[in-house]
Formats: sequence, C-alpha cells, structure tokens
Amino acid sequence: MGRISPKVLPGYGLSLGFTLVYVSVLVLLPLGACVATAVGMDWAEFVAAVWTPRARAAYALSFGASLIAASISTIIGLLIAWVLVRYQFPGRRLLDSLVDLPFALPTAVAGLVFSHLYSAEGWLGQFLVPLGIEAAYSRLAIVIVLVFIGFPFVVRTVQPVIQSLDAEEEEAAALLGATRWQTFRYVLLPALVPSLITGFALAVARGLGEYGSIVFVSGNMPYKTEIAPFLIVSRLEEGGGRVVEATAIATVLLAASLSLLVVINRLEAWSRKG
Amino acid sequence: MADALSGQNSQRVVEHVQIARSRELGIDPLVLSGKRPLSTMGRRYTQDPLWLRIVLISLAAIVMGVLVVIPVINVFYEALRDGIVAYGRAIVGDPETRYSIVLTLTVAPLAVLCNVIFGIAAAWAVARFRFPGRTLVVTLIDVPLSVSPVVAGLAFVLLFGMQGFLGPWLRKQGIDILFTVPALILATTFVTLPYVARELIPVMEAIGPDEELAALSLGASGWQIFWRVTLPNIKWGLLYGIILCNARAMGEFGAVSVVSGRIPGETTTMPLQVEVLFQDFNSPAAFALASVLTLLAGVTLVLKGWVERHHAVTPHLTDQEGTDEQTQPTPKMSGSTVTV
Repeated sequence: MGRISPKVLPGYGLSLGFTLVYVSVLVLLPLGACVATAVGMDWAEFVAAVWTPRARAAYALSFGASLIAASISTIIGLLIAWVLVRYQFPGRRLLDSLVDLPFALPTAVAGLVFSHLYSAEGWLGQFLVPLGIEAAYSRLAIVIVLVFIGFPFVVRTVQPVIQSLDAEEEEAAALLGATRWQTFRYVLLPALVPSLITGFALAVARGLGEYGSIVFVSGNMPYKTEIAPFLIVSRLEEGGGRVVEATAIATVLLAASLSLLVVINRLEAWSRKG
Repeated sequence: MADALSGQNSQRVVEHVQIARSRELGIDPLVLSGKRPLSTMGRRYTQDPLWLRIVLISLAAIVMGVLVVIPVINVFYEALRDGIVAYGRAIVGDPETRYSIVLTLTVAPLAVLCNVIFGIAAAWAVARFRFPGRTLVVTLIDVPLSVSPVVAGLAFVLLFGMQGFLGPWLRKQGIDILFTVPALILATTFVTLPYVARELIPVMEAIGPDEELAALSLGASGWQIFWRVTLPNIKWGLLYGIILCNARAMGEFGAVSVVSGRIPGETTTMPLQVEVLFQDFNSPAAFALASVLTLLAGVTLVLKGWVERHHAVTPHLTDQEGTDEQTQPTPKMSGSTVTV
C-alpha cells in the first residue's frame, strides 16, 4: 500500500485547495481573531484581565474538576473495558453500546437530568441528601457530570488495547508462578498504561471545555461553582470592554487546549507503538 | 510489480481459505494461521476466577446503571409525569418549542452537508497525496475537537460582532451574521468539522489507491473514479462519519449558545430551548423536549451499531477485498473514542 508520491491521481489541487480554504475560513480565521484581540491588549491589561481572583477561582475549578473527573473516569473506564473484552455475560452487547450514549446524548440533556437526579426530590438525591451529600448545584455535581462525559473516552481507548493483548505473556506469567493479581500488575497493566494515559488526557481536554451540561448542574456561583467557560460567557454578555476581558480568558483556555492537543497526539503515537 | 501483486494475491487466497476452514471447524482463524497459539491450558490460567468475574461485572453494571441508565429512564419519567397528553402539548403546543425542533433539523443537516464535502476533499488530499505540511493539515482538522465550544463561539463573535473584525464591513453590505441562523450553522460546522474527515482518512488509507489507479489507467476521469470507485469503497465509513457528525451537530450547545443571542423563536435550537424552559422553571416541558433529544440519541446509537456490524460483516462475506479486512481489521471505527 502506500501513497503515490508523484501526483498521478487527479484532483490534487482541487481537494487540497478546498481543504485549506475551508480550514482557514472556519478554524484559523475565527481563532486568529481571538488571538489577535488578545495580542492587541498590552501586557498589564492582559494580566489584569486573566488574573483576577474570580478568574483564578474559575481556572482552579475548571482544571481541578477536569483532573479529578478524568482520574475517576480512568478507573471506571478500565473496569468497563476489561469487563467488556474479557468476560462473556448476558447484556454485554447492550452495555457496550450504552458506553457511547454520553457521546450521542446532547450535553444539555445530561445537565438537565443530572441537576434533577441529585436534588432533594430526585431519584438519587432522596437517598443522598439525608446522608449530607448535596450533589446538586455543587462542585461535586460538576465532577459527576464530567465523569459521565469523560469515561467513554477511556473505555474506547483502552478497549482495543486489551483486545490486542497477547495471551502468551499471561500464560507465561501464570506458568512462572505469578498469581492473577501479579500478572495483572506486572504484565498486563504496564501494557495498558499508554492507552490509559491517552484516555485520561482526552477526558481532561473534553472536561476543560465542557459548558453545556455544567451550566445546568453547577449553579454557576462566582468563586464557588463558576467554571472558566462560564466566566467567558458572562463577561461576554456584559458587553463593552468586558468582551476584551472575555477574549483574554478565552486565549488562556485556548492555549491550554491546544497544548493538550499536542500532548494527546504524542500520546496516541506512543500508545500505538506500545 | 506484477510479481509482488501476484504474491500478495496468493497470500490473500491462503488467508481466505484459512478463514473459511476455521469457520467450518469453529476455531479462531488466528489460531489456524499460526498467529495465536492453540493452548489447552491457557484458558484456565488466563481466566479470572468466577467470584472476581461476578464482582467486576456487577461493579461495571452498577456504575453504568447510576451513570447512564438511571438518567435516561429519568428523562422519560419526568417527561411523561403529567401524562401523555401534557407531554404532547409540551412538545407541539408551544410555538417556540416547535420552532426550535424545526431549526435544529435545519441547522444540523446543513452543517453535516458542509462537513461531508470537506471530509471527502480532505481525505482525498491527505490519503492520496504526499505534500509538505501534510501532518499540519491533519492536526488542524483536529483543532475543533479540543477547543472549548464557548471559545469557538466567542471567536465567531469577535469576527462578526459589531466591534469585530468583519462585522462592521458586513453590516455596510447589509449582511448580519451574528445572532442569525447562518451564525448557528457556522458555529455548528466549526464544532463538528473533524468528524467526517477523521473517519474517512484512515478508511481511505487502508483501502489504498490501487483500484483508483486501475480505473485511471482504464481511462476513467477524476469524477468517474470518485463516483464509481472511491465512493462505493468508503460508503460505510462515510455513513458512520455522518451519523457521528449529525449527533454532535444536533446536540451542540456551547458554541451555538454564544452566537445565537438566544432570540426565542428565531435562534433557539432544541438544546437552547431546553435551557430556556429550564430557566423558566418549566421543568416538565424541558424534560419533554429533552426526551425528544434522547430519542434522537437512541436512534444515533442504533444506526451506529448497524453500520458497525455492516462494516465488519459485509467485506468478508462479499469476498474480493474481504481478506484485507480480515487480517488487518479496518481502522476500527474509532469515531466516538478519539474523535469527541
């Protein structure tokens, strides 16, 4: 197989030209406008906009909640991927397709239903609230929603790797006297680490930018449950000079997501090799 | 060249026969071709004990139950709480809700159409030619996946707003984009841009250019090659990309919310209308509309499963390039995973 390097097939100019124009107009132009606005500010102004106490609280919450949720997603994702690949049981196919639901379900629906489920009269809240666990309109709610959105990434990155694990290594480990746990810990887990980290990074990236579902569940209280994307929106809606401030915060978030994209690309290359 | 080709073909034939035999015997084809050891004791040692299997399966079921199943059931429970009549009235009785359904069913297909054309062009350019900056193009296609939808929406505001880069000039030409339906389409297209391209590029790379080159040497024109050779080969991958792209397009919230200005009956799509109803404390209506979106998500999953089965099954039943798919499973339709 392989690509033909002399351009034998027709359509090179047309397809590449269209691709470049399309990406430029839809991606580079808007994001360029965002960066240009931020660069147009002088440094002191920029710092004053992105480093207010309210903004710092919002970054801390956005990053903190994404990291915690992605860690939980990694454990849940490994569990579900393992069960789906290794075990036969009734309902396996259904479980497998349900993993994709958080992807297909609009985030607004997820936000709506989670905000209701954990409230005092909700199905889960009626048990949790008497125990003192108030998950509605709290930071906990943000983490729960981000786990819902993030765990499919881990399942779908780890699943094919578990599938491709070599049975021989496990047999060898067993024959050499390893217990099942030792085999998992020293033989299987190291092979899964690259994909687990990739899934984790994907979940963090998605969680960092998530807005639709969190608007519903968090209550959006400044300093408490306000995430960075929400702060951008509220600054934008205030209008006037605040738009520039919104842009500055957006640039910080954009820089974070683009660095994560680079990291994820590296990780994916690594986990393909490993 | 000819030798290499016939060598490849005989290899294919051997593999094909092996697969056929393994079906007859009910043995894993990889075992028969010697790629996986036929171990009699392996199973015992590599299988977890029964109690552990039961514990892990139950844990997975509980997690999925709390995280996915209960919320979905709850959507329908809350939606139908006041009875089917109230449910119907909540969906079709309110003109703004009705409008939001129509708007979503307009915006999403248009965004998908744009990205289908783009995806095919990008896959053709990236999978069929080498050129400097190819990796950069592939990375650029991925950018919308990692950018927060809110940042995307803001970027369009900065471009088309009254204080924006293009806004004032467009205003002079009598064109308003921000807070109109075209802005919704633009924002949705941005967010869903990678889905079709990311499905098609690996599919086209796996298929390779051989058939297209053959068609070319037989005198087919570029468009003939595309319609008669390429499109039939990539149709399942394309369909898969369309399903994923459409699901995301219908559910998009953040980017659309920023550029819409939330004008009721004009720029509120279904997800935005859910928020409007929620903020009006009209919870039953919000859940009713959410249940429609949930049903659409269910349809997406069913279609997705159908395409996955088809894509996995058809090739080696209908022969021809079948063996390729067997030995090297087509880049697994990874859409939902890495794509989102």
